[in-house]
Amino acid sequence: MLALWGALLWIGIARWERVLAAPSGAWDHRVAFATWILAIITLCGGSILQERRIHESRTMKGVGQWSLAWMAFRKSHVAVGAAITVMVFYLAALLTPFLAPFDPAVQGSLITERMLAPSLTHPLGTDQFSRDVLSRVLYGARISLTIGFVAVSISMTIGTVLGAVSGFAGGRLDSLIMRFVDMVISFPRLVLLIAIIAFFEPSIFLIVAVIGLTQWPQPTRLVRGEVLSLREREFIQAGKALGLSKTRLVLRHLIPNTMAPVIVAATLGIGDTIVLEAGLSFLGLGVQPPTASWGTMVADGRDNLLGAWWISTFPGLAIVLVVLSFNLAGDGLRDALDPRLRS
Amino acid sequence: MPLLQVEDLSTYFSTDAGVARAVDGVSFSIEPGETLGIVGESGCGKTVTSLSIMGLIANPPGRIIAGSSIRFRGRELVDLPEKDMRRIRGNRIAMIFQEPMTSLNPVFTIGNQIREALTLHRGIGRSEARRVGIELLREVGIPEPEQRFAEYPHQLSGGMRQRVMIAVALSCEPELLIADEPTTALDVTIQAQILELLADLRGRRGMAVLLITHDLGVVAEVCDRVLVMYAGQIVESGTVDEIFHRARHPYTEGLLESLPKLAAGGRRLHPIEGTVPNPVGWPTGCRFSSRCPYSWDRCEAYVPPLLATEDTNHLSRCWLEDEPERRRTSAGAGSEW
Repeated sequence: MLALWGALLWIGIARWERVLAAPSGAWDHRVAFATWILAIITLCGGSILQERRIHESRTMKGVGQWSLAWMAFRKSHVAVGAAITVMVFYLAALLTPFLAPFDPAVQGSLITERMLAPSLTHPLGTDQFSRDVLSRVLYGARISLTIGFVAVSISMTIGTVLGAVSGFAGGRLDSLIMRFVDMVISFPRLVLLIAIIAFFEPSIFLIVAVIGLTQWPQPTRLVRGEVLSLREREFIQAGKALGLSKTRLVLRHLIPNTMAPVIVAATLGIGDTIVLEAGLSFLGLGVQPPTASWGTMVADGRDNLLGAWWISTFPGLAIVLVVLSFNLAGDGLRDALDPRLRS
Repeated sequence: MPLLQVEDLSTYFSTDAGVARAVDGVSFSIEPGETLGIVGESGCGKTVTSLSIMGLIANPPGRIIAGSSIRFRGRELVDLPEKDMRRIRGNRIAMIFQEPMTSLNPVFTIGNQIREALTLHRGIGRSEARRVGIELLREVGIPEPEQRFAEYPHQLSGGMRQRVMIAVALSCEPELLIADEPTTALDVTIQAQILELLADLRGRRGMAVLLITHDLGVVAEVCDRVLVMYAGQIVESGTVDEIFHRARHPYTEGLLESLPKLAAGGRRLHPIEGTVPNPVGWPTGCRFSSRCPYSWDRCEAYVPPLLATEDTNHLSRCWLEDEPERRRTSAGAGSEW
């Protein structure tokens, strides 16, 4: 908490000219500015709320499924640590325009600044085009994390809706949707991705769309399975007996009850997606240079691995750290949300 | 005019083994403000009857057979479009279920679920719905309703949840409340409280109650009239008094025999032999004949109609009404009654 305060204050002091210029600058600077303000407000609000909760801790309020899960989640230090790491990465990605010491695409002097080892000016060194590795890792975080988040959001949304409809409607509609799911699953995903990317111009948008649109069958099956057991529960019958419409039953009563496994799947899915994107970029099928992406950076540095190990190692470490954090946080969430595992 | 008139209701289910005739030609009616009990063992068609009235039979596999008629205040409910049926469900006919533990949505607060019914059918605003909702919780005997309003189902006990279910069911002031085994999952003291509450609410609101149960004790406590169902048919119908003190049908006799009685001292209980036959192939002739202590050749060959007894409006589906002398000659457990 203190470190976060320190970082936010440091941005305000050390990067004050960028912060001041941000509201009228490029859109990513504006986003960074908004994040910075929001983070400060949240921190202040959080401290005030905490103060208040100590005073009013005995007020009676409903303890919902989510508060229970949060209490269980808090007990696992590994999962909390992982979740904090993930959040720090996202915050860093959003604040990148303020944090990065250099422009990630600008090349320094090719003679004096090429492949410098980590130093105070370049904490993670420079690459073969004399670009600052730290800045590129930070900008790469934006690409990787955004792709992971957006692609998974797309697939989870499609999956939840299709799965819920399929499970609730049953009959012919169910078979139709599930056969379609089987069809999509039976496609080798990597080959499909490579084929589509080879067909079109590779771009971030295309990668997000392709990953998002090929990943929905798993959540569809997951949600359908949940709905199949939920719809036999009496509260659904009771809802029908109350005269609720089908749309209302699905949206308000079924889907909220399937959210726990979906959130777990989404958390684990973001990790997978980041690895997939890094793999594609490594193969040159993903994000195109000079845009920084962890996968391309690892690929860029592999020719100089012995002489300039820092070029590949730091983006590689970033991938490992983020994906590991997502997986650990996902496992923690599963333990917290599954009442059978709750002790 | 009766509030609800069910005529010749048949609900069949297609199964892999054949057509299961779960409800087969059931007729009865409920007057406004009356409490009617339906009793019978598991699998005799009680729940299917109530779900048929609510229009909640999933099709497929179930279907209500042509010729069945369910009239609510003179309006035919069979084949009513889903949209119109939804307006009746919850609003004019409400239903409470057996399992209070799973009848409430676990992810929403109690208040949220009461408000849903109120805003949906009565079209009142949020704050008004909150006020009415808290009033309802108070009416069904929940202490500190303002606080309970913000709580989740898992924070309440079974009896409390059933009260909440009743509050939700009552929210739109239904004219008919169908209670499907409302006390089965509760322990005995809570059962008594819930039954008292139902009787109390009926008296105060003048709503009719259709009480479905396998517990004769519950029926004796709260019902005006009783239907005894067996194998998808009504086998005996009459007032509580007639059923309990002058039971005519051997099945009813058997049910009463298997009930412990304080007055009878240490007498052995006589369970009915065997189980309810498979609804895919009901026995020809009288459906109870395979388990009946009096059964003779006529029972196995011919289906008995509902026959009149000495009491008016007390009917029994048994050939004994035609040949009363057989009751004495058979070695019957019923003689003790």
